[in-house]
Amino acid sequence: MKLLIKNATICPGTGQSFPGSLLVENDRIAKVAPVEIKADGVDEILDARGMIVAPGFIDIHAHFRDPGFEYKEDIVSGLNAAAAGGFTAVCTMPNTSPVCDNIGVIEYQKKKAREEGNGVRLFPIGAATKGQKGETMAPIGELKEGGAVAVSDDGKPIQDSSLLLRLMQYASSFGIKYVAHAEDLYLSRGGQMNEGYFSTLYGLPGIPAVGEALSVARECLMAEYLGLPIHICHVSTKAACDIIAFFKTRGVKVTAETAPHYLLLTDEALGSYDPNTKVNPPLRSEEDRRAVIEALKNGTIDAIATDHAPHHERDKNLEFNAAASGMVGLETAVALTLKFVHEKQISLERFVEVFTAGYRMFGIEGGTLAEGSLADITLIDPSYTWTIDKNMFLSKGRNTPFHGFHVKGAVFRTIVAGKTIYTRPY
Amino acid sequence: MKHLLGIESLNRDQIMQILETAVSFEEINQRQIKKVPTLKGISVINFFAEPSTRTRMSFEVAEKRLSADTYNIAVAGSAITKGETLADTALNLQAMAPDCLVIRHAVSGTPHMLAQIMNCSVINAGDGFHEHPTQALLDAYTIKKRKGRLDGLKVALIGDIAHSRVARSNIHLLTKTGSQVVLAGPATMIPRGVEKLGVTVTYDPKEAVKEADVVMMLRIQEERESGLMYPDRREYARFFCLDEKLLSLARPDAIVMHPGPANRGVEIEDDIMDGDRSVILEQVANGVAVRMAVLYLLLGGSNA
Ligand SMILES: [Zn+2]
Repeated sequence: MKLLIKNATICPGTGQSFPGSLLVENDRIAKVAPVEIKADGVDEILDARGMIVAPGFIDIHAHFRDPGFEYKEDIVSGLNAAAAGGFTAVCTMPNTSPVCDNIGVIEYQKKKAREEGNGVRLFPIGAATKGQKGETMAPIGELKEGGAVAVSDDGKPIQDSSLLLRLMQYASSFGIKYVAHAEDLYLSRGGQMNEGYFSTLYGLPGIPAVGEALSVARECLMAEYLGLPIHICHVSTKAACDIIAFFKTRGVKVTAETAPHYLLLTDEALGSYDPNTKVNPPLRSEEDRRAVIEALKNGTIDAIATDHAPHHERDKNLEFNAAASGMVGLETAVALTLKFVHEKQISLERFVEVFTAGYRMFGIEGGTLAEGSLADITLIDPSYTWTIDKNMFLSKGRNTPFHGFHVKGAVFRTIVAGKTIYTRPY
Repeated sequence: MKHLLGIESLNRDQIMQILETAVSFEEINQRQIKKVPTLKGISVINFFAEPSTRTRMSFEVAEKRLSADTYNIAVAGSAITKGETLADTALNLQAMAPDCLVIRHAVSGTPHMLAQIMNCSVINAGDGFHEHPTQALLDAYTIKKRKGRLDGLKVALIGDIAHSRVARSNIHLLTKTGSQVVLAGPATMIPRGVEKLGVTVTYDPKEAVKEADVVMMLRIQEERESGLMYPDRREYARFFCLDEKLLSLARPDAIVMHPGPANRGVEIEDDIMDGDRSVILEQVANGVAVRMAVLYLLLGGSNA
């Protein structure tokens, strides 16, 4: 099987993009060149004029709800949504039922992805503590053996600092790191949205932004003390960005992600009382939003993740306080983030970098177009304009605040190990 | 106007129109026979998903005096406890084909969500900490009746602003009509960014009450806040209770208001509550006229 992609803008993830062509042979990238590649016996020639060719994107933070909440999403629908969003690899969070705190769940997930999935590679993140209860460590060594690429309790972050310290140490003996959802549960208790002028105006209980910063500071101090790397999830506040930047200058191996909704929306959006604007961390102030964009530009934030959190109508369409938190993101992240490329706030190279940095963070093969590497490729048509329609999602989740948004740029094709697994139905 | 969801979305003219309309309904309330056929054949559902005595009663009296057919649904807790989504609740209410839904709910925004799903008019009878528009309107009516105007007044609003829908609606209304609103309470009860609504904030009730034309006291919320928002009732009363000494700082013709139910001896002393400057019972009486005006404008309107 040979696929020749020509007349493309090749954006290899590191270094400059250039006009050129790329040859895929079976599951590998055979050749990349700034000229037209001559090859015989090509099965398909793709004229990618105006298109961007990038290493397959990785989403390092998604919720697939399988096992346990398959009515919200399952591994098959989740992987389909990933492919439609240009992702060739996905890391899933452990808050399934049962919790992904044992090798049985990991093996089930990996097997289902392999046997029933579309080819997108699934990398579970194991629970850090048993049952995500924050009390005792999960069998981290065994989780690693089963294929976990990191450990995290995500939405139920460890509050006990002593446990966190020992856990980070213990995980390091198996070469995997703790992924921190930074939240002080005391400060956010009962909160429904970011605390500030808009929570005052809308009369919804507030979540003080300082809670995220407090937790980020603690996590970074732990990492510094132990000399270990740490990854911070979905950064949403200016203070958290400042703290991460500070620890980076001190040489701490801290990496961070944010999600498109923190780049595009603020707490003002909650005025609709649309439960699709309810997410954790909550949408923050305009000042925070600008700071997060800046942090993405200057490298304080390393990656974009989706925090894809599908929910069923019956969990969402409730009174605001009772509605589940989270929004889907896999199928909108690329288009929403491209806005910043069109506005020249970030370069095309940086855009590809933030969607592929996760491979290096978690030691996963991929994120390169180098000759001989795995042919996981995302093709993007940056100028195609369309309107986000939740009813077109391949995800089971319809919970997005971006329904009806006009966007420019779309995933045109997704290729995993040389095989096209998704083509956009224009 | 189809719905009354809050004061924030109203302009000054709309507020004044409601208050002027209420004048004629107050007159009806003083007649021997307090009933007019204005809303005959109109059905109103009073859906109270949070305990309420006076607001529910006030709406019901207003509806009956306008000859509307009223149906009361009181649910302990919200519908979710029965495993129903808000859309289900809305569609079930809709199936009864009401012309108007009066809703009280403990969660902010619920009336707004229902208004989007249902065809009928929706009146917010208090949602979470958000708004209580008819309360602010009846307060304004009471102030206007006593003071002859709603502009150029100094209004002190004292107590738990953070958890008060009455405070928010009053702030919107009084700033729109051109009065000066001064908030006072312990800092834990002053919500973040509230100055942006055009009010002045102080932690000293004396400063708020000084030269005030209106002193409005707010109810100290549930017991669970004690210890977290303030140490205890005793300490709260010591620094924030409206007593003779504090009230003496206000203008001699100042009026004292409270949306009720009041915690006597905590936010307001008995002698003030029952004293001649208190208009607390007038507020209740005016509430019926103001709610009649709202119902009339939303449901009777031009074709009445
Ligand atoms: Zn999280």
